[in-house]
Amino acid sequence: MLSTLHPFIQYCENPVTPMRITIKTIIAAMLFLLATQGPAFADLTDAAQGLLSKKYSEKIQATEAIADFGDPRSIVLLETLLDGKLYATKSDGRLVSRKKVSDGYQITDILTEEDFGVVKSGDLTKIRINNKMRGLIKDLLGRLTLLNEDPALRLKAANAVFKSRPKEMAVPLRDALAAETEEDVATAMRRALAALNFVHGETTTIKADALLILQEQHGPEVKFLLNGEANKIAALQNPSHEIQQFALSIETALARIEEKLAFMAVIENIFQGLSLGSVLLLAAIGLAITFGVMGVINMAHGEMVMIGAYTTYVVQELCRNFAPDLLVYSLVAAIPAAFIVAGLCGVAIERSIIRFLYGRPLETLLATWGLSLILQQFVRTIFGPTNKEVSSPEWLSGAWEITGGLALTYNRIGIILFAAAVLFMLLLVLRKTSFGLQMRAVTQNRKMAASMGIRTGWVDAMTFGLGSGVAGMAGVALSQIDNVSPNLGQAYIVDSFMVVVFGGVGNLWGTLVAALSLGVTNKFLEPYTGAVLAKIFILIFIILFIQKRPRGLFALKGRAVEN
Amino acid sequence: MLGLSKVAGVITGAAMLATSALGLGTAQAADDVIKVGVLHSLSGTMAISETTLKDAVLMMVDDLNKNGGLLGKKVEAVVVDPASDWPLFAEKARELIEVDKVDVVFGCWTSVSRKSVLPVFEELNSMLFYPVQYEGEESSRNVFYTGAAPNQQAIPAVEYLMSEEGGSVERWVLAGTDYVYPRTTNKILEAFLKSKGVAEEDIMINYTPFGHSDWQTIVSDIKKFGSEGKKTAVVSTINGDANVPFYKELGNQGIDAADIPVVAFSVGEEELAGLDTAPLVGHLAAWNYFMSIETEENDAFIKQWKAFIGDDNRVTNDPMEATYIGFKMWTQAVEQAGTTDVDAVRQAMYGQEVKNLTGGTAVMNTNHHLSKPVLIGEIQDDGQIETVWRTDDVVVGDAWSDYIPESAKLIADWTYPYVCGGCEKPMY
Repeated sequence: MLSTLHPFIQYCENPVTPMRITIKTIIAAMLFLLATQGPAFADLTDAAQGLLSKKYSEKIQATEAIADFGDPRSIVLLETLLDGKLYATKSDGRLVSRKKVSDGYQITDILTEEDFGVVKSGDLTKIRINNKMRGLIKDLLGRLTLLNEDPALRLKAANAVFKSRPKEMAVPLRDALAAETEEDVATAMRRALAALNFVHGETTTIKADALLILQEQHGPEVKFLLNGEANKIAALQNPSHEIQQFALSIETALARIEEKLAFMAVIENIFQGLSLGSVLLLAAIGLAITFGVMGVINMAHGEMVMIGAYTTYVVQELCRNFAPDLLVYSLVAAIPAAFIVAGLCGVAIERSIIRFLYGRPLETLLATWGLSLILQQFVRTIFGPTNKEVSSPEWLSGAWEITGGLALTYNRIGIILFAAAVLFMLLLVLRKTSFGLQMRAVTQNRKMAASMGIRTGWVDAMTFGLGSGVAGMAGVALSQIDNVSPNLGQAYIVDSFMVVVFGGVGNLWGTLVAALSLGVTNKFLEPYTGAVLAKIFILIFIILFIQKRPRGLFALKGRAVEN
Repeated sequence: MLGLSKVAGVITGAAMLATSALGLGTAQAADDVIKVGVLHSLSGTMAISETTLKDAVLMMVDDLNKNGGLLGKKVEAVVVDPASDWPLFAEKARELIEVDKVDVVFGCWTSVSRKSVLPVFEELNSMLFYPVQYEGEESSRNVFYTGAAPNQQAIPAVEYLMSEEGGSVERWVLAGTDYVYPRTTNKILEAFLKSKGVAEEDIMINYTPFGHSDWQTIVSDIKKFGSEGKKTAVVSTINGDANVPFYKELGNQGIDAADIPVVAFSVGEEELAGLDTAPLVGHLAAWNYFMSIETEENDAFIKQWKAFIGDDNRVTNDPMEATYIGFKMWTQAVEQAGTTDVDAVRQAMYGQEVKNLTGGTAVMNTNHHLSKPVLIGEIQDDGQIETVWRTDDVVVGDAWSDYIPESAKLIADWTYPYVCGGCEKPMY
């Protein structure tokens, strides 16, 4: 069978007319290959019973046998097993799938689809699998679904073959490629075929041709493959001239991939820096108002962020209990909710404490610090000391794979966009609304504003509420990347002050520039210094910078600042 | 000033409330009760993990009293809150021993808190049961270590990954939180890996601060490190809630357990409870106990715990089992000695046996460490950990690692003729 392994590469360039192949032919071919090994199982039911074994080696044999039968039920069985949803009844060892009903579990025979009624969870044992089996099942499923009607499954199958690279899959894969109509699936299959040839190719020529295709891809997986082969050749004693040449071309290909990956790494670094910067911006932007504009040293700022995160949790729990269909949008609903809850807290704090302390920074600092401790303990008493889980909706999970080696995670993209939107809205409020005008008037010259008929007390309360509300919205975003715990705010309070002071007190643009530049610098330092040192370097840099420019990057100019 | 005094008033009120609630019942007559101190953080960063252990001790005390108490006396728990503040641990320990006159203390989680209370227990000759897996390199006359030593957790886990069944891993990332436990464990692991012929460039070590939340760079570094053509695994000694964003980032960046498995020494059922574990299926954890183990003892324990805490969704974990074993052993030793006197109980502790919740029997050795089985499990999509490998027999806890040259020659044995926690030759 292996003698038919002629250079498959040509199929990639001149696809032959699609052939009619059935699953059966492939299975028959595989059956032929695998029939010689392992204990014989009479039929699928018999093989499936092998899964009940306590030994993983025996389970593996049973799994292989199940795939060999090539029954459509094999696919269902293996998929259920891979998802960890295959159970056996304790009484008679039947393999079943289960469905939760009100008084226990409804069980169905996995092979005959016969209903066995409702049982308690204690009557079932789960069929356990380990990593090795998981890999094997993915591989076997890949082989079985290479010709499936669903293109997504075919793509998955091609990628599974690329990962496991079983020698005997060369022929079925080539046939599947010939019949393939979807362009992206065909690309994946070509890649898988090249990988197969690269590893198992009989002559160095076949391998070299495969290398030509592979080196066009530049993901870390290809690098892994090439490095693996290079390591193998390096371990050879007295390699022939031909092999040495081949090793050289692998090296060149690796260098090319390396170069591309290095470029990707820079882009990735900038992205990560921007996302860290956005987190800093979100955390600091509320403080830029309460501290920057009003001059209140608000140590309880972090707790406003924490309250926003807990509001997100509560909104999500409400959604889960009363409107499960809307759960995916609960995060969106949490944004205004967090703004209102944290904003109201802010107004309450301003009216009850801070308004008595204007102009006394030290006392404000102590009072707000005490307040932050009280708020933490308050939340701990209500919600308990353990972290709360705010689940990420589907659209914020996973990564956007731009090319091999460059993947941007959705939750970080989301945070960057969210931070930009919050900044934009805030600028709009400050610049375009009459409240923004009054706010600026009060902070620049309180007496003059008062004599113009502005209720300065009211404006103070609203400004503090706005800053706190924005902090609450930051809490919604942070609930996606950090732990929702009573201590959440403490982690961000120092960073927030750092950003506001560095950017220049009272300047939103300064806050933006400061947050992003600190984020990007941190991420470029981190690979060299580690997370701990990078943070220390940034802190030292800011201290030195403040020595030179005490008013930060963008200092406000004019008479208002002088007093 | 009005505002400030108000705030101060609220703080004082809250503090008074807290003390009165925690000091509960200390005024009772001391003659007919045996006092058990509980020294676990109920607030601050470690509250997440330690609160559970406080409840576990309370449950055991409750159970003991229902069954007639100890030596015919009622047992009473004295709970204090060291608030995740390491120096406060020492103060509270002194308060428990000198003011409350407790007979034994169950407490501490982080190694730094244990190191902080150690001089207090040695000076006042009291007894501490420490229930958490730790870095070893210590054996005090006044502490019984019921958690795993490195040879009962870290070394077997790495050996498993090196084996064919575990995936024949050749390249290692040692990632940890920046404090004494991960640093010492990684030192031992590095020495162990090198003794197995792993090259310097195949080991990557990385430390992050407590509560680290931005894992983007580290996870993409791990990805790059794993693309060099050799099977790679991550050994994680990351502690506390930093694990949640770490695993989230792993899931988001698509690191699959089949490609780069992560084996964790500080992630148990309790930590996974706040996490969507679907993207983590197949990553590993090494412990001496998993909630998923099916034995009669474990079933009973889980049932008792859920009933005590009044919540069917609460999970059990390894440090809880360690607390359970430690408490049982102490009560047995007290009964055997007929007194709660520290020296008498200590002598009675050696060789004390308690059934493990996972099967087999735990034995207290003369180096103050337990013999326990080692389990390796894979994380499941329901937040449970399923055993994939376990030692055939119990493993004797080794206080001094054999892989660090200066500690390999030390022996911990608190019985004649050695009578020391770390010496090369017998004292007598």
